[in-house]
Amino acid sequence: MRKITIPGEVLASGEDYLPGDGTEKRGNDIVAVRYGLLEETNKLFKVIPLSGVYSPRRGNVVIGKVENITFNGWVLDIGTPQTAFIPISETPRYVDKNGLDEVLDIGDMAIAKIMDISKRGIDLTIKIRGLGRIDAGIIMRVNSNKVPRVIGKEGSMISMIKDETKCDITVGQNGFIWIQGDNVEDELFAKKAIMFIVENSFVEGLTEEVKKWFDGEKK
Amino acid sequence: METPKVTTERIREYLKQGKRFDGRKLDEFRNLTIETEVSDKAEGSARVKLGDTEVLVGVKMDLAAPYPDSPDKGNLMVTAELLPMSSSRFESGPPSIESIELARILDRMVRESKFIELEKLCIKEGEKVWNIFIDIYSMNADGNLLDAAGIGVIAALKTARIPKYDEKEEKVVYGEWTKDKIPVKKDTPLSITFHKIGEQIIVDPTQEEEDASETRVTIGSCNGVISSMQKGDHFALSVEEMDGIIDLSEKAWKTLHAKLEKALK
Amino acid sequence: MTFKRPDGRKNDEMREIKAKVGVIKNADGSAMFSFGDTVAIAAVYGPKKMHPQHLVNLEKGTLRYNYNMLSFSVSERIRPGPSRRSQEISKISQWALEPVVMVDKFQGEVIDVHVNIIQANASTRCAGINAAALALAHAGVPMKDIVSSVSIGKLDKQLVVDLSKAEEDWEEGEGATDIPITMTSDGKITHMQLDGQIKGKQLKETIKMARKACKEIYEIQKKALKNSLEEEK
Repeated sequence: MRKITIPGEVLASGEDYLPGDGTEKRGNDIVAVRYGLLEETNKLFKVIPLSGVYSPRRGNVVIGKVENITFNGWVLDIGTPQTAFIPISETPRYVDKNGLDEVLDIGDMAIAKIMDISKRGIDLTIKIRGLGRIDAGIIMRVNSNKVPRVIGKEGSMISMIKDETKCDITVGQNGFIWIQGDNVEDELFAKKAIMFIVENSFVEGLTEEVKKWFDGEKK
Repeated sequence: METPKVTTERIREYLKQGKRFDGRKLDEFRNLTIETEVSDKAEGSARVKLGDTEVLVGVKMDLAAPYPDSPDKGNLMVTAELLPMSSSRFESGPPSIESIELARILDRMVRESKFIELEKLCIKEGEKVWNIFIDIYSMNADGNLLDAAGIGVIAALKTARIPKYDEKEEKVVYGEWTKDKIPVKKDTPLSITFHKIGEQIIVDPTQEEEDASETRVTIGSCNGVISSMQKGDHFALSVEEMDGIIDLSEKAWKTLHAKLEKALK
Repeated sequence: MTFKRPDGRKNDEMREIKAKVGVIKNADGSAMFSFGDTVAIAAVYGPKKMHPQHLVNLEKGTLRYNYNMLSFSVSERIRPGPSRRSQEISKISQWALEPVVMVDKFQGEVIDVHVNIIQANASTRCAGINAAALALAHAGVPMKDIVSSVSIGKLDKQLVVDLSKAEEDWEEGEGATDIPITMTSDGKITHMQLDGQIKGKQLKETIKMARKACKEIYEIQKKALKNSLEEEK
């Protein structure tokens, strides 16, 4: 298993080493500034976080809750301290100024894509296919740092879960996950599988473990 | 963030089939663990875990003048704090209405059931009686803090001992206890909260289920005798639904009581 | 007559220390830290939006520390709610942690640190700070270092490490002087208070003793984080 780093811990000493995410260089030392798992590749040291808030990035697909409707768009809570906003211009079809709540009402959940991040906030779009209001299903939340494990290399993990549970699953980079299946049992099964991955995210050979888990569950 | 509407919709749908997300039956409580005597300073204490919901309850005593309308009885005061530590939904500041309601409901449950034999806590009639303070703290909130706290209150009271009293100095000697326990009745009052979700009534909701709940009725009872009741939250109940809850309460008490006894061993 | 501590400890001996992370499931990060009977639990939420709006600091993030003692954590019940003492401790504890929390990484946002003293046998603010440092790290907050906190005492003329309640109430000779100190792992002081009577030379001694004790505490805090995943399973 990878080594756990703690803030202030010296990971390496020497001029050739490079500080990656979650570390900083102090003199000759590479020092961790986050609790997480150590990853070293070619003298580049970085920390894979086990916890912490979601760091929004342009192009991320996220899932959020409509908090407010203004005259020209929707304010969403995507679990970040900054405000996220879908302007009326970023919808697939024309929206009447008085009909914003019919597209997305306060309390609705929606899938959106991050267009831009500025000091003002996070700009979202729902223009592309596959984005927009979520009408039915189960929404669960995991720490955003676990999302890469849930998705897996080139989507291999999430594909496995979709196949085994026969559910449609959209994983928001911000940790919100939408599961929709033909019945609630399948949806709950998918949720259980995802929780298993989250709880074992630091285990090596996770894909094998998940396969074994599915085999066990099917009995 | 509150549970999204799509999820609460699913909870409602699944309940129509008589099923819950975690596989429990409608009248089933989550896994219960109780640790008593968890505080070395309290007269009595308990840590209760009901699923992932965790509460800590402490009983402290001191001496005071009795209330004028009960000169020969000890006094009881119940407080509750929904600590911000236990959930992102709780804020720092003065007691919230949720914590006030919780404390008052449990106060009535203990008081009206006459569980504590307050007349035995009189030292000098009209002048000096024991005060019992029950303080409830939430440690982790995942639904049904009220019933978990109710269990904690009973467990803490049952195992509480009276502190030493120096008659000469007329002072309590804190940190030293007599062998005497707080006088309580044998029968245990318990609070059970019934939640209406769609057409179904469930007990012991998780946070998600609590978010899906339309209205709730808490019944404090002991072996079929109801001593306190409170309906809360926003929607109405039909008389049939209320009758149904009253009918369910006796069996629910028996089940929870058995669980409590088992957990206390 | 040789000096003896009430519980028989050596002068530089701390009470049994326990530390564990992940004790509050809902929190973004959490930890328990205890010196003997003194038990503190810390839970961290954030970084998140700052409310109310007028308190927002756009230059750097805000670390909001809330120290609270449970009513039954002490022998004579404390009325629930904040007191002047708890408010002061909250502030100095915030200052004890701020130098190592990278607040410029979350400008305009807030991190809430809630510390509750479950059981008090002196050194509660130190236990609280130790728990808070662990909880912040556990929550994934970027930090330059972990801080460690301990109380050094002077009982009459004798210096001791990790004061218990009985020692706080010492009355013989010059009575008790209570000196809580918090340090980074490389020995920088982020918090120090004093309550009693002591000469400069001896005070400098206490800082040396604190440094040694903080190093030991740091190793235990480090272990709590390093073992955190095994605990989860």
